[in-house]
Amino acid sequence: MLARLLSRAVLPLGITLAFLTAGCSKKENTNEIVIGEVASLTGGTAAWGKAQNDGVKMAVEEINAAGGLLGKKVKLLTEDDQSKNGEAGTVTKKLVSREKVVGMLGEISSSKSLEMAPICQKEGVPMISPGSTNTKVTEVGDFIFRVCFIDPFQGTVMAKFALSKGWKNMAVLTDVKEDYSVGLSQFFKEYYSKNDGKVAVEQSFSKGDKDFKSQLTAIKAANVDAIFLPGYYTEIGLIAKQARELGITVPMCGGDGWDDASLMQVAGSAVDGCFFSNHFSTEDKSQAIQAFVKKYEAARGTKPSTFVALGYDAAMLLFHGIKTAGTTDGKAVRDVLAKTKDFPGITGSITLDEKRNATKAAVILTIDKGEVKYVETVQP
Amino acid sequence: MKRYQAQILLLAALVISFVISRFSDQFDSYYLDIALTAGISIVLAVSLNLVNGHTGQFSLGHAGLMAVGAYGSAVVSLELRPGLAGIFGTGEFGQGMAFITALLTGGLLAAVFGWMIGVPSLRLRGDYLAIVTLGFNEIIRVILQNTKPGSVFGGALGLSGIPSQATIFWVFGAAAVCVYVVTSMVNSTWGRGFLAVRDDEVAASASGISTTRYKVTAFVVGAFFAGIGGGLYAHQKGAINPEGFNFLKSFDVVVIVILGGMGSTVGVIAAAIILTVLNEYLRDYEQYRMIIFSLLLIIMMLLRPQGLLPASLFEKKGRAA
Amino acid sequence: MVYGVLRFINFAHGDVFMLGAFSGVYLNKWLGPALAGLPWGVSLLIILVLSMAICAALGIVIEFLAYRPLRSRPRLNVLITAIGVSLLIEYSGQLIFGATQQPFPQLIPAENLTFTGGLAVTKTQVIVLVTVVALLIGLRFVVMKSRLGLAMRALSLNPTASALMGVNNSVVISFTFGLGSALAAAGGILYASLYPSVEPFMGILPGLKAFIAAVLGGIGNIPGAALGALIIGITETLVGGYSQAVGLPSGYKEGVAFVILILMLLFKPSGLLGKIEREKV
Repeated sequence: MLARLLSRAVLPLGITLAFLTAGCSKKENTNEIVIGEVASLTGGTAAWGKAQNDGVKMAVEEINAAGGLLGKKVKLLTEDDQSKNGEAGTVTKKLVSREKVVGMLGEISSSKSLEMAPICQKEGVPMISPGSTNTKVTEVGDFIFRVCFIDPFQGTVMAKFALSKGWKNMAVLTDVKEDYSVGLSQFFKEYYSKNDGKVAVEQSFSKGDKDFKSQLTAIKAANVDAIFLPGYYTEIGLIAKQARELGITVPMCGGDGWDDASLMQVAGSAVDGCFFSNHFSTEDKSQAIQAFVKKYEAARGTKPSTFVALGYDAAMLLFHGIKTAGTTDGKAVRDVLAKTKDFPGITGSITLDEKRNATKAAVILTIDKGEVKYVETVQP
Repeated sequence: MKRYQAQILLLAALVISFVISRFSDQFDSYYLDIALTAGISIVLAVSLNLVNGHTGQFSLGHAGLMAVGAYGSAVVSLELRPGLAGIFGTGEFGQGMAFITALLTGGLLAAVFGWMIGVPSLRLRGDYLAIVTLGFNEIIRVILQNTKPGSVFGGALGLSGIPSQATIFWVFGAAAVCVYVVTSMVNSTWGRGFLAVRDDEVAASASGISTTRYKVTAFVVGAFFAGIGGGLYAHQKGAINPEGFNFLKSFDVVVIVILGGMGSTVGVIAAAIILTVLNEYLRDYEQYRMIIFSLLLIIMMLLRPQGLLPASLFEKKGRAA
Repeated sequence: MVYGVLRFINFAHGDVFMLGAFSGVYLNKWLGPALAGLPWGVSLLIILVLSMAICAALGIVIEFLAYRPLRSRPRLNVLITAIGVSLLIEYSGQLIFGATQQPFPQLIPAENLTFTGGLAVTKTQVIVLVTVVALLIGLRFVVMKSRLGLAMRALSLNPTASALMGVNNSVVISFTFGLGSALAAAGGILYASLYPSVEPFMGILPGLKAFIAAVLGGIGNIPGAALGALIIGITETLVGGYSQAVGLPSGYKEGVAFVILILMLLFKPSGLLGKIEREKV
């Protein structure tokens, strides 16, 4: 009996042990530089993950076409986190410890980057996030960088823009389920009310809601000049549509969460005349951007979204770091990355501050008859 | 000897996991992570099995209780760390004690929540209970999600920077304790009541068994270990977020329990390990993974409702633990 | 309604709802050119009826493959199977339709009908409301007046007795499933007309809320279910709107339906319009 019981307890432990020791040693291929990427290729935020992945792949193709890095080819390993919390950490461990990647790229969502960051920090692998805008991400440690601007900046940019438009009386409608939206609203309100703007009414919703009429009715009653609507395109389309149905005609404005082609498909003419801040504009006349847009269009048939450009920039910045350091050693690459100044990215000239955040210009875009048009660039 | 074999096994499991965890630096951290995930799945599934399998209730709220444990322990670890270090010291022993305090806080909080949920809702039967526990699950998530960002609960972004203290020793130690507690509860004379409640609630109550007391006990103990599992999860991942504890997470645990065979502790342990490993192998086929699992679930219910593994392989007749 | 007859929660109901909405999207894509010449009312009707037929067929197939073999098994097994079916439909949907949201075509022309007093109503809302009322009346008619409806009610009261009285239970259950699924599909299309974005997981919450509404109104009671749905909808909107006035975020409204359900089950498990039933031994 005892023996039988023991065998029962030992079985799972044995399996675990065998599993742990198996494949512990993995040979490093010396002809390749292996880069890891975590993206949500399936699940709720798959649209962004795929865009990020497109950009990163493009960068890898380009660097390999140009002869690779340090005389070696770059190999990209992409893992899917299924848009699920808890998965990003596991796949990061897989890439870092099993595949021995020398650099990590990802994620767009801040909560997933926050799972990845401690692992990269502990293992001394430089990580560059293309699109996590929450301040906490790079606070994890000195191996964590980002190529996008952060929530406080974006909120402030829109507040400045609103004031320059002469909107003195605004409504704020926040997605309380998204930290990104809450952050943008907070910094928008701070700057806006300090500079004689008045937030007449504040309303909130939660990601996944479909009906916003009660909030919009309250906003309508307040009779404002414009509405600040920092959220994701999934809800913005419905909000805009319902706002117009209720007879709200004032312009709406928001952040980079608006950037997706499906916004225009869902909202139609409802978002015409609205504004949002973004990392870059496909209309930008600069040569680098036009070349990038053309190349992407030739390959995929559509214009690149922001996250394609950010994914591209993150990868290129990492390559720049490895090239300048002349080695794939994590610490050396980290030191180079920390000194990044005026790195010419597609999403603007990137300078990393002492908190490893990118300071760079934002662009304001408007929607005109379903087309996104460039309005102006706001310097930090 | 025979009298104490369960205790001996528990001790052996604790010692083995302690020894292994001494060498955990030798292991690949990815495999280590999978092993920890498997261990946590065991804690969650075995505890849910006490409610769903042994007692025959159907709870879909395990992720909510897990969330309570995860947040409870994470807050202790993040906020009370200096205070605990003052009491226990900062050495390895002190950190271990601090971690135990965090875990137990999470577990006890979850048990309290389990009691609060269990007392009113366990009057309901079958599918009503399922939907009500699912409701509680969602209510817990919604409340956590709507806390202020930057407050101790972190709002929608959740908590991050939780020390990654969940080692092989803690996880498998907890799993061993959980298995020990559940099996001894069910195998005791007193514990026969659980099976009686499952097999025929009306007959059980007619024979003078306080069905409510048994159900609530099972629920509270299950909740306690769900909380411990949640605490371990938080200290494994380092970052938690309310959305990670929605009812789909509950379904994950339910799938393990069902595939393992409701009421079979060994089957459930095996299923927890197999499904965790399978999950990693199917990573490249992610789009098909859930389709496979759900098909498996349906086919199982049609052909083998008692679980994948034949109970007779592990259990003696009449000792269906 | 399905619950009333069969006594189990069909977790997959919300997913049939989602499939209804998606079949609307695809039917419009395929039949769009053919329907372009017809007035919008006719094409809406065609798409509605076709989706309902597709989903009814699907509902019957699901019942036949997954639920029928389990009819004599414990209810818990059926519940688990229902969860399995629900997950299967969701993840297959994700595979086929893609995970991202898709816009729902504008089947009803956008037009604002404004009444005095600031009440703004769109044509879509009016059409949806009219269709819902028509469907409800139609359903009540089927259940109360037709032979199959009579059989359904008999089955719901006592399956053994109805079988003894010459009712073919299997046919009736299939029919009930088909009818329930068709209505779910219609619901999906109407819902998507109001909130024109569809994605594979859109059915989960409406599915649960439908069940809550049914419990609230009294299981197996059609006007009761409609009343229950109305109460939940209104409470959610009020909580969403007014919680902000007292400084609470509107996010809490997600939990409202569940709070209502729990209170209801604890204090009046038979529902607002339902009859009290005792479990027989």
